[in-house]
Amino acid sequence: MSDRSMTLARATRIRMNFEAAGAQVVDPPYLQPAGTLLDLYGEDIRARAYVTSDAVRGEQMLRPDFTVPVVEMHMRHGAEPARYTYAGEVFRRQEQDPERASEYLQVGYEVFDRSDSAGADAEVFALFALQLRGLPLRAATGDIGILMAAVQGLETTEVRKAALMRHIWRPRRFRALLDRFAGRTPPPESRRKLLETEGTLTGSAVEVGKRRAHEIQARVDLLREDAKAPPIAEHELLALEALMMVRETLPFATEQLRDIAVDLPQINPALDRLDARAAALKARGIDIDNLDFEASYGRTSMEYYDGFVFGFYAEARPDLPPIASGGRYDALTRQLGQGAEIPAVGGVLRPDLMLELEEGQS
Amino acid sequence: MSLKLGVPSKGRLMEKTFDWFAKRGVTLSRTGSDREYAGAIEGVEGMELVLLSAGEVPRELAAGRIHLGVTGTDLIQEKLPLWEQQLEELRPLGFGHADLILAVPQCWVDVDLLDDLDAVAASFRQGHGHRLRIATKYHRLVREFLTNAGVADYQLVDSQGATEGTVKNETAEIVADITSTGETLRANHLKLLSDGLVLRSQATLWRSRVAKYSDAEKAALKQLLDLLGS
Repeated sequence: MSDRSMTLARATRIRMNFEAAGAQVVDPPYLQPAGTLLDLYGEDIRARAYVTSDAVRGEQMLRPDFTVPVVEMHMRHGAEPARYTYAGEVFRRQEQDPERASEYLQVGYEVFDRSDSAGADAEVFALFALQLRGLPLRAATGDIGILMAAVQGLETTEVRKAALMRHIWRPRRFRALLDRFAGRTPPPESRRKLLETEGTLTGSAVEVGKRRAHEIQARVDLLREDAKAPPIAEHELLALEALMMVRETLPFATEQLRDIAVDLPQINPALDRLDARAAALKARGIDIDNLDFEASYGRTSMEYYDGFVFGFYAEARPDLPPIASGGRYDALTRQLGQGAEIPAVGGVLRPDLMLELEEGQS
Repeated sequence: MSLKLGVPSKGRLMEKTFDWFAKRGVTLSRTGSDREYAGAIEGVEGMELVLLSAGEVPRELAAGRIHLGVTGTDLIQEKLPLWEQQLEELRPLGFGHADLILAVPQCWVDVDLLDDLDAVAASFRQGHGHRLRIATKYHRLVREFLTNAGVADYQLVDSQGATEGTVKNETAEIVADITSTGETLRANHLKLLSDGLVLRSQATLWRSRVAKYSDAEKAALKQLLDLLGS
């Protein structure tokens, strides 16, 4: 058999396993409306997805993933609870690295279930671990919900919290904002000058563009208020930094996080969810004593995940992307559901990489 | 075959390129009528002049259809993501200076840094129901720059000319464009962002690493490089 037909056969087999686990097969179209993906990921997606267009439908993208079309489909006419599986190509534009595949097969499993989040998280992770058993992989796990809870509970203004929340997935910008709000970096010179000027500020400049004078004035007012707000307290800042550094096996990580929660009590509900997930994973036979947990895992590569996140990596092959990855994306269903929302968790596997690793083993 | 040098076929960029080579003992000239795109090279044995649009030079170099080419750093970096592997930068030519910059309306008194732009983009999207639009023809360069800076909630809209006018026409909120003096910006009531310099560009002589070089072409290249000095 050719590489491709072997990969297809493996993909089909895994998809059948997912069907046996209760999932319904779905087959979204290759072409996806570009607008939805752009609104979700921003312009950055253009660097990673192939864009094409015609006069009737406008800009379309060759699907860069299945999650978005599956969520959209479920939000339109899915019954609850629901489990879906799919196997098919995704397309990723490669501008830097000619070695990386621009087209490859993914097999996925997605769970939409309100009743038991911890159980659904564990179900997905354990099902993936089962498909991957025997391969020399390291599992990494994390929980972006803990960091989000920490930020939402900071003793500072709502404006600052919203700014930090918006950049959870951009660690560098997040860091810069945090330093600013904690008073570690002084406000820029231009900001200082602006705030020293009294009264209305647009002055002699001609008003052009769609952003109106009242919007400009509103931001100046916000900046004035912000300048008066006290910096984020040192103990909160240090605890937040300690939180982002946690990187341990799950039991030790939990212990460290509970210590940190003395200064950041707002994370306790998220830690309770972490405990519940650990129990659910254990009940499904996962060796949680040796399961890695990183509090910052998923922050650079897994936008839209907002809870449990996981990835399986070939340790001997650092050149390979994760063999499998996934997580919880409750907020995505809210964004695509136009008012409706449902807790959701899922992930994808790369059958091509699984075969490559198996070949390396034999 | 001869060593092919691609030079912009029109305007000041062509004239200045001709002058630059002339000073170094290489005479480039157009032959035939004013409208015919044919040229000649004297001073180096076995070289051929190819006249083409400055925007096509990157593509021709990357395809190896010309060995050498003159065009701006901006066009090379915008059109060739892997330019460092495909091309060698032989000489900056010292003219055609232009900066790719981000400019916002002067009336945005609250915006001086990318930091401000990012915050404004967030509230603009909330208020207007669409992402803040940036008019440009340099999509890749601008996108990479903003990604590195961590700016979100913007949208690039294509503008191949009269880019500064898009703000007044309300088809874009800000612009990313090439400027040499900033006069067009001021005339259109725009100002630079203090940390919004995307790229400094100038006319540059490039060598294709992809093109095939025969012995005769190698000899011509060596002769040319000797004349150009360091």
